[in-house]
Amino acid sequence: MIFDWQPVWLTLKLAGVSTLILLVIGTPIAWWLARSTTWYKQIISAVVALPLVLPPTVLGFYLLIMLGPEGPVGRLTQSLGLGTLPFTFGGLVVASVIYSMPFVVQPLQNAFQSLGQRPVEVASTLRASPWDRFMTVVIPLARPGFLTAAVLSFAHTIGEFGVVLMIGGNIPGVTKVLSVAIYDHVETLEYGQAHLLAAGLLAFSFAVLLTLYLLNGRLNRNHQP
Amino acid sequence: MSSIEIRLRSQLGDFSLDVSFETPARGVTALFGRSGSGKTSVLRAVAGLVKTPQGLVRVNDEVWQDENRFRPAHRRPLGYVFQEASLFPHLSVRRNLEYGWRRVPEQERQIPFHDVVELLGIGTLLQRTTQSLSGGERQRIAIARALLTSPRLLLMDEPLSALDHGAKQTILPYLESLHDEFTIPSLYVSHDPNEVARLADRMVVLEQGKVIAEGDAATILTRLDLPLAGYDDAASLLEGTVSSHDHTYHLTWISTHGGRIAIAREDLPVGRRARVQIQARDVSLSLRAHSDTSIINILPAKVIDTHDISQTQMLVRLEMDDGQTLLSRITRRSALGMGIREGMHLYAQVKSVALLS
Repeated sequence: MIFDWQPVWLTLKLAGVSTLILLVIGTPIAWWLARSTTWYKQIISAVVALPLVLPPTVLGFYLLIMLGPEGPVGRLTQSLGLGTLPFTFGGLVVASVIYSMPFVVQPLQNAFQSLGQRPVEVASTLRASPWDRFMTVVIPLARPGFLTAAVLSFAHTIGEFGVVLMIGGNIPGVTKVLSVAIYDHVETLEYGQAHLLAAGLLAFSFAVLLTLYLLNGRLNRNHQP
Repeated sequence: MSSIEIRLRSQLGDFSLDVSFETPARGVTALFGRSGSGKTSVLRAVAGLVKTPQGLVRVNDEVWQDENRFRPAHRRPLGYVFQEASLFPHLSVRRNLEYGWRRVPEQERQIPFHDVVELLGIGTLLQRTTQSLSGGERQRIAIARALLTSPRLLLMDEPLSALDHGAKQTILPYLESLHDEFTIPSLYVSHDPNEVARLADRMVVLEQGKVIAEGDAATILTRLDLPLAGYDDAASLLEGTVSSHDHTYHLTWISTHGGRIAIAREDLPVGRRARVQIQARDVSLSLRAHSDTSIINILPAKVIDTHDISQTQMLVRLEMDDGQTLLSRITRRSALGMGIREGMHLYAQVKSVALLS
């Protein structure tokens, strides 16, 4: 029995890239949601939280249409000479980012809200510009939130299946990630291979979450005023 | 234009703020009032932490905001001490102190790091974590942190109110020496008349978002038409200079142009400015200057006005020969017996004097 590592690497790459992108775009969204008092804030909150309740196939279906050759995003990417995103690694990344968005935005938003106004106000009376106070006060104080966000989005991306199948299909080395590979093995009755991947994923997920809880426990102790 | 001018008008739900005052750009100006009177709102607006749509904030010849301009908080050269110390928990004490200091260009740093550390007595705390500090120590670090930005205006929002009595008493002397050591004008928010008596030179009294009185602290604290004199511990402030020490009887004499006052011997240099507080209940009145009394401090004074504070007692506001104000609390019966009326000359016998600074 030859173990096929390709889906494992592909999955880790997808989770890593998606998490990085999510932290970059999720942070400003979470900051805005934590601070804003406008009426349409709740609408944005609801949109960000949608992937929590939607069946992944619904999300995948609309993404497929949007990103496809006839969809608005598809037309745009084609006119830019980028081709279309479905059934490519890039397409998977786009889908993962949207699918895992709430797992980044919500912990960050909570962390920012529990921070309160005061530390930021203190920093501004000590001559720190908005960007400066964000980097030197908000991020260090919200560290447990960033850790939770990163781990959850990484783990959640590893576990996604429906969206991947809809938008990425099952192309070895391009879009065939772990969850799809397991499904494949079961379909072809290769239970041994399926077991190996499934057990590996189970152990990995447990280890990740355990590490997260241990780290957060330590951080919270250190931050007691 | 060596003054601070503040004009603010804003509506926050039911609360409307309409405050306008100008105060000299030196010494301590207390913003005094009950909670909910708008003191903190004024301070936050001056700092630029909240945007007031119509407002003017001018410090000397620098306009921080007017109808057209608004400088955000981090571009206003101010120091802000919050009610709770609000130290950054992720930074050590030293890092907290350096936070603002490092953000001020080197040529604008007018207050040396070591001077501040020494003045506030925090040298031994620098390597500690903020979590290991007591309430009083935390507040001293917060004051030092604000001072280290070399502010042109120091804003203090009830910096002592979150502390217990003991910690308060240890910090007050630091605040007083601050006043002597650095010439930074400050706005000091407080609802405690004793704190104001000790620290403030001028007072702005706020009530429901409006200024109801402003002027010298000594005058405002003794005005009978304001709620301050109605407190049970109504008191007056007198300013003078240390004139001599009596080694035989262990006394220190403080002279004012209206008369001289003896206090228990204090180790103060002759010629130093001194501020004393006299409780209204410790001042009795007499028509003649008695020499057959145990009271040493007898000051000639003139009755300005009177105010009944209960069915039994009344406050008499007196003016000394140099224009300083003295409050006396006597019974209405005595006042009637002595025939006390406005303009009358008499002698105030002061039983007890507290040196404030």
